[in-house]
Amino acid sequence: MVAIAEKIHGSRSRFQFVFDRPRVLGAAFLTPAILYILLLVGLPFLLAVYYALSAYTIYNPSYHFVGLRNFVEVVESDIFRRTLLNTFIFTIGSQILGLILGKFGALLVLRPFPGRKIVRALIILPWAVPIALATVAWEWMFDSLYSVINWTLIALGLMSRADAPNWLGEPGLAMLCVIIVNAWRFFPFAIVIFLAGITAVPQDVLDAATVDGAGFWRRNYQIIVPIIAPIVVVGLIFGTVFTFTDLSIVYLLTNGGPVNATPVLGNLGFQIGILSGDVAHGAAVSLFMFPVLFLLVIVMLRFIRRREI
Amino acid sequence: MSAISANEISKNFGEVTAVDRISLAVRDGEFMVLLGPSGCGKTTFLRIIAGLEQQSAGDILIGGAVVNGVPPRARGIAMVFQSYGLYPHFTIRDNIAFPLKTQRVPKPQIRPKVAWAAQLLGIEHLLDRRPRQLSGGERQRVALARALVRDPTVFLLDEPLSNLDAKLRASARNEIKQFQQRVGTTTIYVTHDQVEAMGMGDRIAVINQGKVRQVGTPTTIYEDPADRFVATFVGTPPMNLVTWNSGHLGFRPEHFLPKEMIQDGAVTEFSYRVNRTEYLGSERIVYGELDGLLSPQEVTAKLPPAHVPLESIRPGEWHAFAVRNGQLCYFDEDGKRARRH
Amino acid sequence: MPRIVNTAIKEGSFYATVAFFVVLAAFPFYWMLITAFKTNADLYDVTNIPFWFNAPPTLEHFRYLFGQTLFARWLLNSLIVGVCVVGITLATAIPAGYALTRLTGRNGEALGIGIFLTYLVPPTLLFLPLSRIITWLGLENSMWSLVLVYPTFTIPFCTWLLMGFFKTVPREVEEAAIVDGCSLFGSFVKMVLPLSLPAILTIVIFTFTLTLQEFVYALTFISASAQKPITLGVATDLVRGDIYYWGELMAGALIASVPVAIAYNLFLDRFIAGITGGAVK
Repeated sequence: MVAIAEKIHGSRSRFQFVFDRPRVLGAAFLTPAILYILLLVGLPFLLAVYYALSAYTIYNPSYHFVGLRNFVEVVESDIFRRTLLNTFIFTIGSQILGLILGKFGALLVLRPFPGRKIVRALIILPWAVPIALATVAWEWMFDSLYSVINWTLIALGLMSRADAPNWLGEPGLAMLCVIIVNAWRFFPFAIVIFLAGITAVPQDVLDAATVDGAGFWRRNYQIIVPIIAPIVVVGLIFGTVFTFTDLSIVYLLTNGGPVNATPVLGNLGFQIGILSGDVAHGAAVSLFMFPVLFLLVIVMLRFIRRREI
Repeated sequence: MSAISANEISKNFGEVTAVDRISLAVRDGEFMVLLGPSGCGKTTFLRIIAGLEQQSAGDILIGGAVVNGVPPRARGIAMVFQSYGLYPHFTIRDNIAFPLKTQRVPKPQIRPKVAWAAQLLGIEHLLDRRPRQLSGGERQRVALARALVRDPTVFLLDEPLSNLDAKLRASARNEIKQFQQRVGTTTIYVTHDQVEAMGMGDRIAVINQGKVRQVGTPTTIYEDPADRFVATFVGTPPMNLVTWNSGHLGFRPEHFLPKEMIQDGAVTEFSYRVNRTEYLGSERIVYGELDGLLSPQEVTAKLPPAHVPLESIRPGEWHAFAVRNGQLCYFDEDGKRARRH
Repeated sequence: MPRIVNTAIKEGSFYATVAFFVVLAAFPFYWMLITAFKTNADLYDVTNIPFWFNAPPTLEHFRYLFGQTLFARWLLNSLIVGVCVVGITLATAIPAGYALTRLTGRNGEALGIGIFLTYLVPPTLLFLPLSRIITWLGLENSMWSLVLVYPTFTIPFCTWLLMGFFKTVPREVEEAAIVDGCSLFGSFVKMVLPLSLPAILTIVIFTFTLTLQEFVYALTFISASAQKPITLGVATDLVRGDIYYWGELMAGALIASVPVAIAYNLFLDRFIAGITGGAVK
């Protein structure tokens, strides 16, 4: 008993215990992370908005305020309109393709079969491997002269060498290529998400449905889909955000070509803001991503809330 | 001077009041039980004494010194948690030694102390195992050894028997009580099981909805309950309550007997219709209704099997039952015990 | 139709579909693999069957890679950047994850989601202002710019993963330690951290692979060849003028991809558990 009394008297011992208070320790633990995010994400974001509203270029770093003029100029340019359209086409196209592949892939890999581990390891590859390196491999596969795809099609007799398409050289085909590579990269992630969702459906719910007489399709759509929807939607939104804002695939496959057929918002922002040094307009272009992102995040938050239940 | 003193302790979580101005004094060496239903605030109160929660108002004194705001490690307490809280990545030996290590006890002294605690609890043979290899009963003993080894001023136990099989509970109850009597440390024991409370406590504090309803020895709690809640919470089957004037009249099932069985003293008679009887071997439980009141009220009786032949208590019939007047309890409209009706 | 034939058809089409998916997913890597080992003469002959070696496999591309290019330097750069970023992430995300789980009460969950959302802010939006900031700091063209910037996406995600994991550590173990004499911080170090080693290991691997995979920031901040990380170097530097050194490109891509692919496979289940918040095993 004496020991306790000793420890309490004296103001020094009050301070001695300050880090035992959860609030204090919590604040100390959180500060580095929050500081990092505020300084290197929050600040740059505000800076981007600031640039977009100014006439800042690398060669003439002035900060004077020009209002929404940059945005107007950007919107009026043909290239921008084209780019915006491309971005939507690519995102929607590759997401849908990726989702379909993902859904069926998940159903395939669901049940155990011999070699399943290896199959799973191989199917994951497009998502696991660095995006730039995988894209370079595709670049090689689409090569105008040595494309293995062309070789196969010719060998199968489906076309002659003269007709062999120049995949990355023709505008329509180039867009198709970008969509394919995007979808190819996305579908393993879709499989993983679907798998995670499907295995989260409790077996007794499925059993009850079977006993109640639900067949395969009804079970699928009326029972499974609503239960896995939250997880799938969150995963889908992630995939969409990354596809929508990506520039690597286009940069490496086509660099916006041929003849400006394929750039996406990311590329344009890079082109204008970094390569040309016109920071103000580049920022304006990049900020066009924001409304779409914001919308997607709101939708996702709704689904996260529901999932917590 | 009490070993532990709580003065007007309150704890709010947002708008919910978990503990409502509880004052309690625990004597040195006493085994004090905090008894109450789930959610009544007893565990929160225990955690406040431990220092794991900070009270919203009031003072805690340990050994006469105010310990508000002092973290658990400086309060001289030891605690056994409901799931024991053993360190999964340590051996049993290291588990028991841990409190000594954190107190910077010199190494040569640690080993004998651990051995002593293990021997007291009969777990020397488990010292090199890991918690996941132990049964529930063994884990509990390790938790007790760990609590013992730091020579605390007070033991705090939070429903330590609730994770044990029913069969083990009775023997574990015995062991804990004997253990405490041997070491003599002041103990505060939280439970919702009134059998445990009655069996182990030197004194019981009955708690409901954040308030202390009554503090007393088991005898006092049982025979002289302070209000309706205490009266019906302790005792199986619970005390019978029938509406009476503006309050209630209460009598325990074992005091509700066929009139013939009570030969002496003033009694109050009731007309009782039996619905169903249960034969439990050592006793018989009778379920029925009282007549003569505003509406039929269900009343149970607990009869020793030997004295009353089975045939004389048949379902569907009216019988004359009675209770000795001295065993009647009157409760006013607030539920408090009144002395006269 | 006898049931055996029915089953055979079902099984057959099942395996055929599986094969389709496997080929679809893995063919580009097979292509990468085989190109890396083919002689140039073999590669650039249109009349050859491309699916297998027509001349014996060679290591010339690898030799060129390590001898005549900065490939080894790029590997070293990526290693240094990776280790540093892992260090920064661990030092930041572990305390943050713990704080959000245990030390912040009701606000914790909301704040956690907020931090997690910063993971979604795209590099192609931030790269512009960040490139200005990097220049002001004098870090342009240096791999240390990456060390500074990469934690902006590793920290949010790792904090989220750790939150999910710390929730599974039983509170009673921490409280027992506190009663037994640890301070709040002590209980964190002696109880929570040792019990979280699997999660921490996952974070390390995950952060490392995220670092290796990144392309946009590297492309933006670094143009000096000697400072490039492996992914950027392989994708951009193995082109001389208009000529793609496909053999070397594929060899480089192969070497850079293999560790990441292996890591992902080993830790896939943990990633999934982390992403779905532990709801799924």
